[in-house]
Amino acid sequence: MEHVESKRVYLLVFAALLALTAVTTGVAFLDLGPLNTIVALAIAVAKAAVVVLFFMHLRHSGRMTKVVLLAGIFWLALLIALTLGDYFTRGWLKAA
Amino acid sequence: MADIHALALRHHFATPAQQKDASTLGMWVFLVTEIMFFGGLFSGYVVYRSLFPGVFAAASHHLDITLGALNTAVLICSSLTMALAVRSAQLGARRLLVGFLSSTLLLGSVFLVIKSIEWWHKYTEGHIPGPWFRWEQAGAGNAQIFFSLYFSLTGLHALHMVIGVGLLAVLAIRAWRGRFSSAYYTPVDLTGLYWHFVDIVWIFLFPLLYLIGRHEV
Repeated sequence: MEHVESKRVYLLVFAALLALTAVTTGVAFLDLGPLNTIVALAIAVAKAAVVVLFFMHLRHSGRMTKVVLLAGIFWLALLIALTLGDYFTRGWLKAA
Repeated sequence: MADIHALALRHHFATPAQQKDASTLGMWVFLVTEIMFFGGLFSGYVVYRSLFPGVFAAASHHLDITLGALNTAVLICSSLTMALAVRSAQLGARRLLVGFLSSTLLLGSVFLVIKSIEWWHKYTEGHIPGPWFRWEQAGAGNAQIFFSLYFSLTGLHALHMVIGVGLLAVLAIRAWRGRFSSAYYTPVDLTGLYWHFVDIVWIFLFPLLYLIGRHEV
């Protein structure tokens, strides 16, 4: 039988998501320099993690499901890292 | 009621539980392809934002942060009702299931209406990329890149929402007719995974498009 989450857990997760949305919106108006982007992305990752773990039941999913998701995130990281690696190093040869 | 899931068990699965696991895993594999699908656009955004940070911050200021934040809240509410819909299905509560599926459908539609209002504002302000693009500041070409990414990302996200709303309508009707029980609710579960995934895409779109460089200018 599948795990049935309690209503209380869902409501707490919901409150946390709304609170984090308020925080990220508020922080956007403060000048933190490059930290602005980092804070905004950190909050987005935290919200996504909460949704995946609780709403999408990853907490109670099998190992295979977890491996599939991690593989997806790893591939996304490769996509972004290699693309940026290309763009940020294009000037290097001209400078040399 | 018992034969519904007995009939639904395909011959190549040993048990209903094994069949459910296979369906769930298949849905996650599909969602990974969706991560890569949106990932291409996200990395395009990262590249252009790092190339033209000033224009991207200025263009981002033209988005309505209030409507963006409101829509984020609407989607979070819809994720809660979706999670509660799956829970009702697990418990075999038919009326609650129909109610929560309908609420999710309604909240999804509210999101789409607010999104359309925002797009209409962009249209009246002349922020649709192309020959009629209006931009008073410097960097009109690069601002069009921002708005191209904005419309592609929010447009594809909205398309996913429209598909989700359609799925919810079908599910609500099937739930009303008593097609699901605590022993068989796989379609509700998988649509829930899809709905939460679309929510997560917006969780990243909101800060990236609306919140960047908000304190500047």
